[in-house]
Amino acid sequence: MATSDIEIAEHALQHHFADMDQQKETSTFGMWLFLVTEIMFFGGLFCAYLIYRSTYYQAFVAGSQTMNIWLGATNTAVLICSSLSMALGVRCAQTNKIKMMVVLLLITIMFGFAFLGIKAIEYHEHWTHHQFPGPNFQFEGAEAAGVSPQNVQIYFSLYWAMTGLHALHMVIGIGLVTWIVIAGWRGAYGPDYYSPVENVGLYWHFVDLVWIYLFPLLYLISKKHGG
Amino acid sequence: MSVEEHRQHVIPTSVYVGIWAILMVLTATTVFASFIELGDWNIVLALTIATIKATLVVLFFMHLYYSSKLTKVTMIAAIFFLFLLLALSMTDYLTRGWLTNPGH
Repeated sequence: MATSDIEIAEHALQHHFADMDQQKETSTFGMWLFLVTEIMFFGGLFCAYLIYRSTYYQAFVAGSQTMNIWLGATNTAVLICSSLSMALGVRCAQTNKIKMMVVLLLITIMFGFAFLGIKAIEYHEHWTHHQFPGPNFQFEGAEAAGVSPQNVQIYFSLYWAMTGLHALHMVIGIGLVTWIVIAGWRGAYGPDYYSPVENVGLYWHFVDLVWIYLFPLLYLISKKHGG
Repeated sequence: MSVEEHRQHVIPTSVYVGIWAILMVLTATTVFASFIELGDWNIVLALTIATIKATLVVLFFMHLYYSSKLTKVTMIAAIFFLFLLLALSMTDYLTRGWLTNPGH
């Protein structure tokens, strides 16, 4: 048992690392550094949101009240479930249950598609109501709410940009998990070498993290004082 | 033996499921809380819950709690710089009305 483990270890160890431990540490740290750049990438949009929200608060309230809070909450739950299956998938790689890992990652992909499907329903709803920034933008409740449609358009610009960038990350995430499933099925990973599984997991959880903030900021601004 | 020692800490399945349950309860709480009129405290509560959720995801799902000090410091630095980006931008936008311009 121990001998075969060491053989796998030597097979996967790249020459410029001292041991598997250092190699794994380096790989995972590189992923964290990438996620730091992602935090700053999304951070720019969050900063724009903060500035415009503080400037046109009532318009943002009016815009957020068109959101379907139940679809948003369902999607939050879907992503949390996907994070659980992802985390358990990584654990299966650690404990050498590769078949179970493949199953859990397929479940993760399924949750990913469920999220995108629900998001597509919401996007379609906004699109048919002309709630897309551009020459055809319309906001019927603007008069009643006493806000300028132009300012509500800023809310929707940020809504589409932030959720769109997040959805793009979901699409990339699904692609990455698919890659791990295929490579895992072919026997690429085991307890001594699962850095790609771990790192794709980190990416997936990061995308979940972004949504954890997007949901309250875009959907839950204010349910009552819309006037 | 040495290979065993090098392996990363394996977190029990029960911890993952427990964190998941807390995250689901917090999601329900934040939706419920949004229907209660709390004025300015609505956003404070929503962001506090979001931050608790984010912290749990980072510490346990992303294993930061069990990671090296280097990784922890890197994450803290990232949060610090994000805060810097937001805070310094707001020192401009929130203070524009503070000073009047005599003669205009």
